[in-house]
Amino acid sequence: MSNIALKVNGRSHTVDVEPSTPLLYVLRNDLGLQGPRFGCGLGQCGACAVIINGIATRSCITPVSSVRAEVTTLEGLATGGTLHPLQQAWIDEQVPACGFCQNGQIMTAKALLDKNPHPTDAQIREGLARTLCRCMTYYRVQAAIRRVAKGAA
Amino acid sequence: MIPSRRDFLQTSGWLLVGVGAAAVTGPLTANAQTAGLPRQSAPGATAGPYPDPDFKQLDSWIVIRPDNTATFSVGKTDCGQGTGTAFRQMMADELDIAYDKTTCVMGSTDVTVDQGGSGGSDAIQVDGWPMRRVAAEARRVLLEMASVTFGVPVDQLSVREAVITVTADPSKHVTYGELIGGKRFSVTLTGANIDATTGAAKVKPVQDLKIVGQSPQRYDIPAKVDGSLKWAVDAKLPGMVHARNVKPPVAGATLVSIDESSVRRLPGFIKVVSKGNYVAVVCEREEQAIAAAKQLKVSWQKPTTPPFPASEDLFTYMRSATPTSSQRPNIVGDPDAALAAAVTVVEADYDVPFQGHTAFAPAHAMADPSNGQMTIYSNDMKSYGMRNGVATFLNMPRDRVRVVWMEGPQGYGRTAADDAGFEAAYIAKEIGRPVRVQWMRNEETAWDTKGPAFAVKMRGGLDAQGNLVALEYDARAADYNHVGYNEPETVLIAQLMGVRKATPAAGSAATPSHMYSIPNQRITAHVVGLPMIWETPVRTGNLRDPNGPQSTFAAESFIDEVAAAAKADPAAFRMKLLTASTADDSGFKRARSIAVIKAAVDAYGWDARPSPKPRGAGAGEILTGRGLAYSFRGQTVVAEIAEVEVNRRTGRVWVKRLVCAHDCGLVINPEALRRTIEGGMLHSISRALHEEVQFDTEKVTSVDWTSHPSLTHADTPEKIDVVLVNGDPNPKRPDLPHYGAGETTCKPMIAAVANAIYDATGVRLRRVPFRAARVLAALKEAGV
Repeated sequence: MSNIALKVNGRSHTVDVEPSTPLLYVLRNDLGLQGPRFGCGLGQCGACAVIINGIATRSCITPVSSVRAEVTTLEGLATGGTLHPLQQAWIDEQVPACGFCQNGQIMTAKALLDKNPHPTDAQIREGLARTLCRCMTYYRVQAAIRRVAKGAA
Repeated sequence: MIPSRRDFLQTSGWLLVGVGAAAVTGPLTANAQTAGLPRQSAPGATAGPYPDPDFKQLDSWIVIRPDNTATFSVGKTDCGQGTGTAFRQMMADELDIAYDKTTCVMGSTDVTVDQGGSGGSDAIQVDGWPMRRVAAEARRVLLEMASVTFGVPVDQLSVREAVITVTADPSKHVTYGELIGGKRFSVTLTGANIDATTGAAKVKPVQDLKIVGQSPQRYDIPAKVDGSLKWAVDAKLPGMVHARNVKPPVAGATLVSIDESSVRRLPGFIKVVSKGNYVAVVCEREEQAIAAAKQLKVSWQKPTTPPFPASEDLFTYMRSATPTSSQRPNIVGDPDAALAAAVTVVEADYDVPFQGHTAFAPAHAMADPSNGQMTIYSNDMKSYGMRNGVATFLNMPRDRVRVVWMEGPQGYGRTAADDAGFEAAYIAKEIGRPVRVQWMRNEETAWDTKGPAFAVKMRGGLDAQGNLVALEYDARAADYNHVGYNEPETVLIAQLMGVRKATPAAGSAATPSHMYSIPNQRITAHVVGLPMIWETPVRTGNLRDPNGPQSTFAAESFIDEVAAAAKADPAAFRMKLLTASTADDSGFKRARSIAVIKAAVDAYGWDARPSPKPRGAGAGEILTGRGLAYSFRGQTVVAEIAEVEVNRRTGRVWVKRLVCAHDCGLVINPEALRRTIEGGMLHSISRALHEEVQFDTEKVTSVDWTSHPSLTHADTPEKIDVVLVNGDPNPKRPDLPHYGAGETTCKPMIAAVANAIYDATGVRLRRVPFRAARVLAALKEAGV
């Protein structure tokens, strides 16, 4: 075990874990941030996505010791009690079914829109192609992203 | 006033204080459904024992508080279709209270009556009735109380939004909260069983329902998008440890020995728990348990005979196996004579492989053995069954075991959540500490329950006018020892410990669900078994209409094949079969079948012509076509149209457009229903295009999202139209029933896609899934 410093959602933390521990378990079990979730542990599904350096990163295969920049989780998207426009669009469009994958959908969509505020339908499909949903809410996820992209300045 | 979400978030964090269940389970289970409830109303506020809530007491169902708000407690779970929101709508309507002054508690065995949890798409159809009746009874009792208060007869009182007013003198009014807030109704209900529960009050006629039929937003969604919902995967207690299973490397292997020294020095190691062929490792931290389970040296002895044929040989095996059981054939007319006399006979075989739940999060549960009780935090949709099963398995009195239901990943039937609940409870009892168990991805995809594989043979005969005069359907389902819900013998941990049922479950093989009038028919169905039926990863359990998608794939593909042989438009051909008789059932299913096909065809803009679509000389790489299929489940009737693009060069199929016409009687929440239908259709497209459980003769080889692909964003249709149909011949009748929704949607979709591929290419695919390589090979063989 060793002390590792992390900045998550604007707050600094030090955790005493094995350096190879996947970031996901540190977020969930040490920092109480349970927006990111375990889906596959293989980086294949996106349930564990967090944003690091503007990139939707799969925290289940990211060793905690390799994290060099601030981590943003689903809990960190709202500011001052106001939901992020994507979160609001998710409610307006009534996207989730079970909702378990929606962390990955929202975080991946955020990284996409931060880079490209007005994606084409094809870019949305491509950008989220590796973010799975087993309730198959894809149609509504894409509609919610278009809602935000249309509203963006 | 119900506290807002924001108030709730500020006042009820995921606080872990004190030790033991009583101190922590209030906030632990304070998820969206219990938001704003006083702690004593939240599931799990006591340290046990946990006797069953009495369904014959009105107080078990409804609590009204002094602030004139109400909480409904129901014995169901919500798998993400918004059933909790629908229950609130139905009960608020009958009670006459505003929707937003209500909350709903679901599925925790100590605080909600046993309605069996979820299953069979029957939440609205079956369980909605006692909910409506008890809410109507509460309204009746409150009116009686107000009658005494004001000294006027009940028929001179009016009710609006939980306020009772003397009709002749509106200055005289009293709220429900003033009448009974904080007190018990102490009203005894009647009914032979929970589904029949009723008071003296009658439910309202449809015309008087104001909240039913509207689309309030689902109350569970905000906490699912801001990260605040606490799921079963998040359940956490002081002193909790983590366990991971070590499964046999090949099916049917026998444990020879465990070398505990291989993990004893690993950080956080606590114990290896093992009995029979069941092995698990327990560590302080989650990643430690994962590492230890990987590293533990276990020696296994392989079985002497293969547990199953390889998946590539499955259908040959199924067709030659001796059935373990056969249904009595359903014979109409004289099919042999009709086939002999037919001008054209069409024959086809259809194959559907095993397909898995492959839950998005592998199976998980947390169990707490504090205070000599056993509390299991689980997303299992049948929490009540799990409670009974675990009590038997651990030899504990029922009232010392409870299951607290929390939300989880999609579960459309018998998932491995059952297994994980038993495992967590067993290990917790062994080590005397709260234990969280979660399966790994490869474990889930390999060992969860599977929808049975089907091999179906069909024959049909046409007369000279192109009428379908004979139909034969003969199905074989690999479904022997079908895993039920939560009996100890059905879970892997018990099976691996050697527990066996004296008589394996017979399993079942579905027959077609259509209202076609065909004068001569022979419908037969058989169940076959794989060589190994215990401790096997290829075990079958209910998966979203357990057998409907398979049987309907065969039946509705075949109707299309026969229509093509008759050179008839596939929609008109079906209409002719539906209108050939005027006989109907009590739910008017034949009339409603006609209505949904008409509605689907209209919404799509269907051009009547035979399939396949004539292909011009200049056809390019992409061929397009459309396919229709229809079915029913219970009284819910659905017609679906898929429009596909087939890439001739790659074999890739894209379902570009979907139409669904859906009749489930009285609709409670149209927007939630639309999303349920969309999700069900896409899940079925995933099964049509991608999903197959593959195995060699030792083990399952499709074990993750690469080897077991699923539908992705890239596959999503660009347009989906859902038409909600009320095809009842008397659509405004005051007793229009609310039928179930969800699984029906899954039945016709695979056939609709196959029919669309045929329309586009002229090539008939009779083996699911239609992966690009299989489609390309079929196109090449046909010279397309």
